Amino acid sequence: MTQKIVLPPQTGEPSDVERIKRESNYLRGTLAETLVNPISSGIPDDDNRLMKFHGSYLQDDRDLRNERQRQKLEPAYQFMVRVRAPGGVATPEQWLVMDSVANKYGNGTLKLTTRQAFQMHGILKWNMKKNIQEINAALMDTLAACGDVNRNVMCNPNPYQSEVHAEVYEWSRQLSEYLSPRTSAYHEIWLDGEKVVDSQQADVEVEPMYGALYLPRKFKIGIAVPPNNDIDVFSQDLGFIAILEDDQLVGFNVAVGGGMGMTHGDKETYPQLARVIGFCTPEQLLEVAEKVITIQRDYGNRSERKNARFKYTIDARGLDWISEELNERLGWVLAEARAYHFDHNGDRYGWVKGSNGNWHFTLFIQNGRVKDSDDYPLMTGLREIAKVHTGDFRLSPNQNLVISNVTSAKKKQIVEMMEQYGLTAGEQHSALRRSSLACVALPTCGLAMAEAERYLPVLLDKIEVILDEAGLRDEEIVIRMSGCPNGCSRPALGEIAFIGKSPGKYNMYLGAGFVGDRLNKLYRENVGEQEILDLLRALFFQYAKERQEGEHFGDFVIRAGHVKAVQSGLDFHD
Amino acid sequence: MTLQVINSPFNEEQVQLLNLLLPKLTEPQKIWLGGYLSAYQPMNAQIAASDVAVGEIHASVMQTEVARKEVTILYGSQTGNGQALAESLSKNLLAEDFHVSLFSMHEFKLNSLKKIENLLLVVSTHGEGDPPDNALPFYEFLFGKRAPKLDHLQYSVLALGDSSYEFFCHTGKQFDERLQELGAKRLTPRVDCDLDYDEPYEEWSNQVLENLKERLGSAVAPSSQVAVGPGATQQSSYSRSKPFQAEVLENIDLNGRGSNKETRHLELSLEGSNLEYEPGDSLGIYPTNDEKLVDELIAAAKWNPEETVHVNKQGERRALREALISHFEITVLTKPLLQKFANLINHPKLVELVASENDQALKEYIDGRDLLDLVQDFGPFNIPVNEFVALLRKIPARLYSIASSSKANPDEVHLTIGAVRYETYGRERKGVCSVQCAERLEPGSTVPVYIQRNDNFKLPDNPDTPIIMIGPGTGIAPFRSFMEEREEIGAEGKSWLFFGDQHYVTDFLYQIEWQRWLKDGVLTKMDVAFSRDTDEKVYVQHRMLEQSEEIYRWLEEGAVVYICGDEKNMAADVHTTLETILQEEGALNAKEAADYLADMQKQKRYQRDVY
Repeated sequence: MTQKIVLPPQTGEPSDVERIKRESNYLRGTLAETLVNPISSGIPDDDNRLMKFHGSYLQDDRDLRNERQRQKLEPAYQFMVRVRAPGGVATPEQWLVMDSVANKYGNGTLKLTTRQAFQMHGILKWNMKKNIQEINAALMDTLAACGDVNRNVMCNPNPYQSEVHAEVYEWSRQLSEYLSPRTSAYHEIWLDGEKVVDSQQADVEVEPMYGALYLPRKFKIGIAVPPNNDIDVFSQDLGFIAILEDDQLVGFNVAVGGGMGMTHGDKETYPQLARVIGFCTPEQLLEVAEKVITIQRDYGNRSERKNARFKYTIDARGLDWISEELNERLGWVLAEARAYHFDHNGDRYGWVKGSNGNWHFTLFIQNGRVKDSDDYPLMTGLREIAKVHTGDFRLSPNQNLVISNVTSAKKKQIVEMMEQYGLTAGEQHSALRRSSLACVALPTCGLAMAEAERYLPVLLDKIEVILDEAGLRDEEIVIRMSGCPNGCSRPALGEIAFIGKSPGKYNMYLGAGFVGDRLNKLYRENVGEQEILDLLRALFFQYAKERQEGEHFGDFVIRAGHVKAVQSGLDFHD
Repeated sequence: MTLQVINSPFNEEQVQLLNLLLPKLTEPQKIWLGGYLSAYQPMNAQIAASDVAVGEIHASVMQTEVARKEVTILYGSQTGNGQALAESLSKNLLAEDFHVSLFSMHEFKLNSLKKIENLLLVVSTHGEGDPPDNALPFYEFLFGKRAPKLDHLQYSVLALGDSSYEFFCHTGKQFDERLQELGAKRLTPRVDCDLDYDEPYEEWSNQVLENLKERLGSAVAPSSQVAVGPGATQQSSYSRSKPFQAEVLENIDLNGRGSNKETRHLELSLEGSNLEYEPGDSLGIYPTNDEKLVDELIAAAKWNPEETVHVNKQGERRALREALISHFEITVLTKPLLQKFANLINHPKLVELVASENDQALKEYIDGRDLLDLVQDFGPFNIPVNEFVALLRKIPARLYSIASSSKANPDEVHLTIGAVRYETYGRERKGVCSVQCAERLEPGSTVPVYIQRNDNFKLPDNPDTPIIMIGPGTGIAPFRSFMEEREEIGAEGKSWLFFGDQHYVTDFLYQIEWQRWLKDGVLTKMDVAFSRDTDEKVYVQHRMLEQSEEIYRWLEEGAVVYICGDEKNMAADVHTTLETILQEEGALNAKEAADYLADMQKQKRYQRDVY
């Protein structure tokens, strides 16, 4: 079946990005030329749009932006490179390559992202090709790590049920592979692959699923394994919930239409939770994902990018519509959803023994930033461990790292090395800090309106003082900070969340569900540090005094009347 | 530029005759004719003057007709909304046959603001009342000391903002008020837009359009717009011997953080001096010595800083400290100085050093030492300080290639100065003038300057002639003036710049200006070499060799080659490289290649400003 993909007519002019994609000849644009232009270390906007599909985008050091403008220098351009790791799994060899390129070409740090990918910053244009080639030589890639395509597929790094993890991870890997773009532009531009494209070729031959215009917007898939909702399955465009019966994987509940991003001041945009619409067997998984994606491909809004995510496509038409459309495209009907239960979305730190007899250590990494500082040689420690480790590494959806599949024989050595470099599960910190997430934000992210990663630790130092006074040091409270409302740290699912508005000022949200099943609600607008601390002090003391047995903070603030419960994104702004 | 009816005071017939004649004239003939006509003018002063005036009025009528429909739109935009609105506005105006110039504020040439009559601003506010990044240069210009009078300007502001912030539309409001202060008049009142900006934008846009149509539709007599004619130039009374105290307008470090270098971009005001210059000329600066060094010297010699000394032959006297700061050279030792000094103090070791058989040792001693070393090595001295000071040279002026075009920056001169710092004999040494510029010249302070003409480094008379410019490091300076000039006069000749320095990220001097000139086509090609970014050092001559075929083609097309910068290494290497290119691409032998270059030199097609 070879036919051109014809999208149904849409209202409104296509957005500029649609034009760029259309003219790009399957993501080539003029990247090959602009990447070698010696007069700028940047690339033009159009090419940068395409660059995202290749897993990278142009940024600049915003700390230096105004200073350099006065100096008649262009911004300190640099590229962020994101490396896909389905389910966050990497071998020790791959870890060493990430470490090496981050130090050789990047700024000497690695960011473990909230979607279990590796991110490195500060790469100059001239080093991009070498950088990506070295990554590819380690059998990892950056294709589709950003852009209007399916992104890194998330999967619970479950250290307990080893066999189930192996099986679910294998499905996430297959999803990632199955949904990857097929264009050879990536090989041509980065890997010196031969030019094979013929622009006359029908787009179904080049991109059988995506077509020449790819998706209207990014698309996110994750697989959760109850009772752990660490991947925040309801934040995904397409979420799968593994259903186990008698410790055997029998299939997945299918949830659609979640997403975090919104735009300040625009009530037509909102975070939304994915909703469960049925169940499929493992064998049906790839087909379900493909058909869901084609629905978004055909119906998603290509005029207004702010309203282009799958959640808006669904909310404009209703859940019944999506179920019917999906069933029709599948040619069969999704089974009825099975029962499941989540009890947390945070990580469980420290050593656990898996059912296969191997050991797994979940290491606390503040905001996912792997680097060496004067008193904490984290990056060096992990590098040395990777040199001797025989298992694997798993990036957790909460920006932590699992040193996984350590054999009993190796465990002693790993423990000693962790002690040598001071690597811990973060016991010295409050449970709140260990339940915190922050996106990158300033100085590299072009979207950031306020600090996140650089500031949250400082704010937490001050919050921890209050927690101690209120006796809440060991209370797990999910706290998240994002520099802008696009929501990389999934702030709408924080029991406490801060979304940047301008330097030093945040909108403060309260009341998300502890297991990631309820959105939070705007509590205060434009608050600075002192107000934040004053507000939290009052809330924490009240919580400490009035909470019920086992009541989570997010539930408490609703019962106490501070904010209303938000079960659907459509009510987020009410 | 050919003579035409519209760019000259001549009629059709005269233009034809002149165009027939002028290209055939030799240089000496042109010079003679120029002199003849100017001598002829006073005799017929009245007629000549009125002729000129007619021509002027004629030209200005035409200009006004064009100008009347001209509208400039500037936007400052953080997220792109402002830009989108500005583009939409531009479309609307174009549809009504206006001549529209649309710029992001950071791409707009600030100096041309004076020349504009109709200005529309679209600007957002971000953070806590801050201008968007790309509006900063314009903002600083308008609120800075160089903001021009704008009596002739009509404007209107569309301010974008978010009312949930304390300083709603703050930047737009500031621009609006500031333009008023500068004398500009509002076309229509400012409109402040919240996040939901579409409607207010439409209203504003319509009002502006109506107003412009109304205003510019009715003809206005241009009587008061006659420009001052040529020939009115006054001779400057300032010169090398009588330098002008130029005010520092701007003093910027052009090197980004982490650079090994410090290159200052200095902007000086020549307002009121009547000093004139052309691209290729240099500026002389009379520096002063570092006070700290002077104090150390006085202390080491155990002199009295207040003792008065003669500072010139006319017998003017100054306190010693002041004299050593402002009048005498103290950072360089010379052979005559040491010889006279040896005679004066009769120090046996010094006498031995200056003995003729120790010439080499003397050279070595002098190299990298200064007066303080001399005093430390042979002092203190039991001689009257006046006798010592009488041996010293007057502090010399330093010449810097001018980095600006006066057409683009009337009443200003810009320089590009590399701060010189190094260590010898255990002490940090500083270039007198360059470090004064780097460390002690604040905007608002003044420095004595004069213009040094350089007829050997001049743009070709014919603006269509291609030029190849080779200027690594601060050698880039005159080429900035070339580009400014060629942009101003609308030259159509191709141009090619070779630049080099240590590191791309920090040392790409004037980077955003070259980028703009490349984009606008003022600069045709640019190649860069950053020597310390790669394992193997790459210099401009390597880039030239990579392009030898095209360089040869340009040479054959009559391109003029300019080299500016370091003489010893760079200019010599570039010369050799040119010879290589001629041999390889032009199939010449070594002698023929050398002759080719010598011939180019004779034709003024190979010019150097090296130091």
